[in-house]
Amino acid sequence: MALGVTEIVKILLLVLLIVCAISVNVTRSLLQSVIIFMAYSSIMCILWIFMESPDLAITEAAVGAGVSGVLFLLTLRRIREEDEDSSEDDGNTDF
Amino acid sequence: MKEKFWRWLDGSREYLEDASDMDETPYREREEVKTQIRERNDSLDKRRGTRAVIRAEEKGFRLLYSWVAVISAIFLIGVLLYVVSYLPRYGQENPQTTLVARRYLEDGVRETGAINAVAGMILDYRAFDTLGESHVLFTALVCVMILLEKDRKNMRRGYEDYYRITGEGFYTPNRDGIMQAAGFVLLPSILLFGIYILLNGQNGPGGGFSGGTVLGSGLIIFTMAFGFDTVDRIASRRLLKGVTVVALGFYSFAKGYVFFTGANGLESHIPKGTPGAILSGGLILPLDIAVGLVVACTMFGFYSLFRRGSIGGKGKACSGKKAGTGAGTKAEGKDNA
Repeated sequence: MALGVTEIVKILLLVLLIVCAISVNVTRSLLQSVIIFMAYSSIMCILWIFMESPDLAITEAAVGAGVSGVLFLLTLRRIREEDEDSSEDDGNTDF
Repeated sequence: MKEKFWRWLDGSREYLEDASDMDETPYREREEVKTQIRERNDSLDKRRGTRAVIRAEEKGFRLLYSWVAVISAIFLIGVLLYVVSYLPRYGQENPQTTLVARRYLEDGVRETGAINAVAGMILDYRAFDTLGESHVLFTALVCVMILLEKDRKNMRRGYEDYYRITGEGFYTPNRDGIMQAAGFVLLPSILLFGIYILLNGQNGPGGGFSGGTVLGSGLIIFTMAFGFDTVDRIASRRLLKGVTVVALGFYSFAKGYVFFTGANGLESHIPKGTPGAILSGGLILPLDIAVGLVVACTMFGFYSLFRRGSIGGKGKACSGKKAGTGAGTKAEGKDNA
């Protein structure tokens, strides 16, 4: 079966999407999880363009990779400020 | 402004000068309060011996949590894959919804005046859904305000120090040189792109939601670069509130008019315009603008609430007011120097 360049790129992106989706949950560091989540949204944005829906691509880039990532980072900072004892527990919440 | 830009391009350091002389005292004060809180907590723990009990309970809870999470995730994956197997393949026609889709694609331009079929759907055929979505966003903003806004009723007594150290101006550098330089170059294009998407929704990809989000992101970057004391001069609490309420009210009124005339067989006096022009598509452009304004205000409001616990600078929020004046005096001091 002969694959065009577009198909190969699409398959690569889909594999990356799955890798991102799994590693968001597996990563122990919350900061890394947020960054991987933003990468997931960027990949999804390219995939929306491949599926010919630029409306969704713009929204995905702005909301998924932009605003929600910023909100997650702000929440993380709040948690770090409020959670005084987390560093001496078991390193589960450090980032 | 121009001189500053060229100086920035040359790499001379004057533009970044005010980034280096940050005031250290709030950070030191914050560390002192932090150690005080930590010492108090430690003494309480020692007195009651609670730490070991909590740790044992946490261990059991984590084990249970991970098992339940894995099982429910597998169950959800199974259900979703089962549902997906019934969907038509990508690019093929769905036999159950062909009629509606064909009507939208074939008569959409004539009936709505919008070249972008998606805009025609979400703001003309299904405008009621979008009205609901805008109100969902508004409700979400109100909920975040209830939860996070630090007004007098939302602060616990005896925790004044804590609210003071988590307020804006204590643990953020007021002016970051890199952010300022990047914002100086990027912001005009981001805001122009947002306005372009917002106004061009009926002719190309985009529309109210995406344009509003890009505008909101632009406002957020502006805040990151130039601080809340600068933004509060433009986007005060009253302005954000007014814009949101007027936009939602306009949307409800305009769509109510269309629904009323349509349901009663009356003639609606809204010109469709020539498809492809900016002023076309009947009500789609004004509705796009209304939705975009609501979304932009909501995004900026989320950011503002998450970061300092108040929307706009002129609110009644205690800590926001305090922090705002603190940042303002700091900036003034710098200007005088």
